[in-house]
Amino acid sequence: MERFSVQEKKLEDILPANTIKTRVPQVEVSREIAPAPSRYRNEIAKYIIFRSDACIRCGKCAQLCPHDVHVLKDGYKYFATPNSYRCIGNACEKTDHFCISACPQQALRLVENPMISALGDYRWPADMLLATWKMAETGNPPPEEYELDYRVGKSEGGFDRIRFKFPKKPPVALTEDEIDTSILLNRRDDGRPKIEIDVPWYGGGMSFGSVSNVTQLSKVRAAVAWNTFSCSGEGGYMERMRPYDDHMITQVATGLFGVREETIQRVPIIEFKYAQGAKPGLGGHLLGDKNTPAVAKIREAVVGISLFSPFPFHSVYSIEDHMKHIDWIKHINRRALISTKVSTPTDVDMVAVGSYSAGTHIIHLDGGYGGTGAAPDIAKKNIAMPIEYAVAKVHKFLVDEGARDKVALIASGGIRTADDIAKAIALGADGVVVGTAELVALGCVRCSRCSAGRGCPRGIATTDPGLVTQMDLEWATQRVVNLYSAWRKDLVVILKRFGMRSVRELVGRSDLLMHLDFENEVIQ
Amino acid sequence: MPEKYHIHTKPVPPRLPRVGKHGIVDWREDCARCHNCVKKACVYDRHRQESEYIRNLKFSDFLFFECMGCFSCVQNCTKNLLCLTINSEYEQMGNQYWTPEIIHTTWQQSETASVPVSGAGYRGKFAGKGFDSMWTDMSEIVRPTRDGIHGREYISTSVDIGKKPSYLNFDADKQTAELPSIIDIPMPLIIDMNPPEFTLPRLESFILEAVRQTDLIAIIDSAKWPVAGDAARMGNLDRYLPYIAFHLNPDAPEPPPDVLRKTRLVEIPDTDDALDRMAALKETCPGIIVSVRVSLNANGVDRAIALAEAGAEVIHVVGDCNGDEIGVKRPRFIKDMIREIHKALIKMGKRDEVTLIAGSGIALPEHMAKALLCGADLVSSYLPFMIALECRLCPICKPGVICPARLEHIDFDYGTGRIRNLIAAWHLQLIELMGAMGMREARRLRGDVGRAMFFEELEEEIFGTLFGSRKKA
Repeated sequence: MERFSVQEKKLEDILPANTIKTRVPQVEVSREIAPAPSRYRNEIAKYIIFRSDACIRCGKCAQLCPHDVHVLKDGYKYFATPNSYRCIGNACEKTDHFCISACPQQALRLVENPMISALGDYRWPADMLLATWKMAETGNPPPEEYELDYRVGKSEGGFDRIRFKFPKKPPVALTEDEIDTSILLNRRDDGRPKIEIDVPWYGGGMSFGSVSNVTQLSKVRAAVAWNTFSCSGEGGYMERMRPYDDHMITQVATGLFGVREETIQRVPIIEFKYAQGAKPGLGGHLLGDKNTPAVAKIREAVVGISLFSPFPFHSVYSIEDHMKHIDWIKHINRRALISTKVSTPTDVDMVAVGSYSAGTHIIHLDGGYGGTGAAPDIAKKNIAMPIEYAVAKVHKFLVDEGARDKVALIASGGIRTADDIAKAIALGADGVVVGTAELVALGCVRCSRCSAGRGCPRGIATTDPGLVTQMDLEWATQRVVNLYSAWRKDLVVILKRFGMRSVRELVGRSDLLMHLDFENEVIQ
Repeated sequence: MPEKYHIHTKPVPPRLPRVGKHGIVDWREDCARCHNCVKKACVYDRHRQESEYIRNLKFSDFLFFECMGCFSCVQNCTKNLLCLTINSEYEQMGNQYWTPEIIHTTWQQSETASVPVSGAGYRGKFAGKGFDSMWTDMSEIVRPTRDGIHGREYISTSVDIGKKPSYLNFDADKQTAELPSIIDIPMPLIIDMNPPEFTLPRLESFILEAVRQTDLIAIIDSAKWPVAGDAARMGNLDRYLPYIAFHLNPDAPEPPPDVLRKTRLVEIPDTDDALDRMAALKETCPGIIVSVRVSLNANGVDRAIALAEAGAEVIHVVGDCNGDEIGVKRPRFIKDMIREIHKALIKMGKRDEVTLIAGSGIALPEHMAKALLCGADLVSSYLPFMIALECRLCPICKPGVICPARLEHIDFDYGTGRIRNLIAAWHLQLIELMGAMGMREARRLRGDVGRAMFFEELEEEIFGTLFGSRKKA
């Protein structure tokens, strides 16, 4: 809040009077972690504990288990159904509290949940989903005893084949408190605010329409808690978003939905979306079913009509035209930073340096495997390069051009864990944008049905009045706050092992990485 | 303005219950009878549909697998009685190349004729073998090097088949030589013959009607002419001849010249006297274009190059059905063989004088675009059109064995409609890719590797500088 209170004094000098009038007091949200258990009755578990009729209810299992798998409630004669999702499974066998062997009646049985094979995919395997849910529940990385292999996916390439080269002993012994994870988003000396965020990530653009109002609000509330940002997506703002303006990014995309003078003036960052990683070169599409009266009102559109954002910006044929866009926004909001979100074509390095020369503060690269509310399958798989290549390529080019320290480079499109964040930074990014992971924290199972009919059956990526009631805002906020907290802890551990006091020291340190498919003989 | 290529489609629902990926197993015996059943809350109404399906069971060998995999009922059941499973029948479909996902999406496209759209990001592997080891490029903003800004209606997917001279000869103001004939087809796809292990008696009728409706060309084994069955629906078979390229089967009599003359393209097997035969056919049927079918075995690439050098006008290279080189220990994939042939043709200065048709392994619309980027002029494909009819590519396809997809009982309208819909869906998806690339002409895709990114090259160019040399497989 402090950074904005300093700026606040100058607002009257730099913003039109109507903007000042529309400002409302900004809220604060705590970043304290708090338990936020699954909103479902039956959490999906890696292991299942079965209790047979042989149980004599001696209570030994409940006494032994430190994870509260077995619950005999006061006043009840029978055990409740075991909390299988808390069970650490076969790893427990090595301990002295393994209920299966301790049961005097052999009434307990442990099996791997066969349903796990139906959960997740190559990019988000079951363990990664389960771990993210755990983090969102507890605010901490999942304890090692759960043996969740969540740091890499199973895509067999990119981040999933890259590992850290940790030294045997950190060169400098640091405590967690000494490690700084903040990054600077304005690296130009242009008189605009030097905005810093406390963690090297912010929330990706998801419009009201593509996701529910609870989802959108929970994202920005978590951003407030962690002093970072969330993005409006291309869909404007609900009135309820006003108290969070200082942590919002207004997205200007090709359909210009929700883009007005007022929505540009009220926030500290404006993002031009030229393309989206999941559907590069194809524009946007909100299905008619998701265009409810509330959505249509904000977008100034007709209810039930599919809304298309064309590709590309029909006013941009060159970097010079892009510069005109940036100048336009800079003139309308003289405190705003400009972010330029582009996809990853083969000449992404040229696009990035062009955008830098046009005056952008943030170059946001969205890789080909990024998330979306709806995209043609052919586009998701085939168009544009994955972010792992793009970020390294652009970083190197900006260094060679002498522009790297004047611009913030932000990566997105397949960032799933704190490890991915650290790898992206080591490959050359200053920070990242996350999206899918936040939705997973809210209970997404990646069934890919956000595009269909009423949208997400789990009430996250939908505007259906019946489905959106599944989530409570406080709960949803806490889940995202917890996830951020767990990620930061994981990230701090990585930095500590490298003996780094700040995440900024990690930028471009690809010498600290190794690739399992390479000989790694390069000395940098 | 010339009329735009448009395929008129309408939905053609499946004949059989879908072999879906997910299903719910329900242990009813421990049900709490809580009357608050989560099944009622299924967003997709699948549990009610399943009950109805079981009540009116028409196919005892098909279980209900229409679950969308959202886990909502599983996680909300009062007694935790539901379990979401993967259908083992689904997993067994196809093979390593023709994956269940390919079969499933082909069914969907054949039903709806639309572009498959889904939410969330890509779920698959980072890269893979074959066509999965390349990505197509996109145009961030419109730049002078691209085709310029345009709507999708201005994208042309037409390509040419036939020899295009590198230059014209004039004597005074007159052109001295006649231009060779050329076929302009509206998308870079022809339908190839199905191998004996994947065929059915009336397949040719459906294919012919579908290519007539879509203005494409199908290669038909001359031994199968005139096509059997559906005579009443097809009427005078002569009207199909412009859409047929006969493959002149050496074991069957050649179609009479008056039949051949009504076709535009004919295919001959690769023999030592292939070029003599080509000349003879052109003599008998002036204007016809002759394609030589070259099997991509160990000698296939060299043979295709040699034929081009000797004057062949169209070369149709065909690997095995998975896109691999035939009969070699470490087979190359079709995309790599196309690149090799394409580069050799450029080197000998004959690229425009030969049309290269790439067959085998073309399973998805992106394969069509990627094969063109590698250097083909157009592609041929056949298995997707069998799959369109709900074939599962099961390995038990033999005469006398009952087909689980009941392919022997297909209705003419269903068969043609499904194949037509699939062609339409592929056409739309080709436009999606070309639109993203900023390309307005499918002809200009040929060999334009600047609009493609290859896994091996990106790994070397970007990761190679960071991590050194790639480990040898």
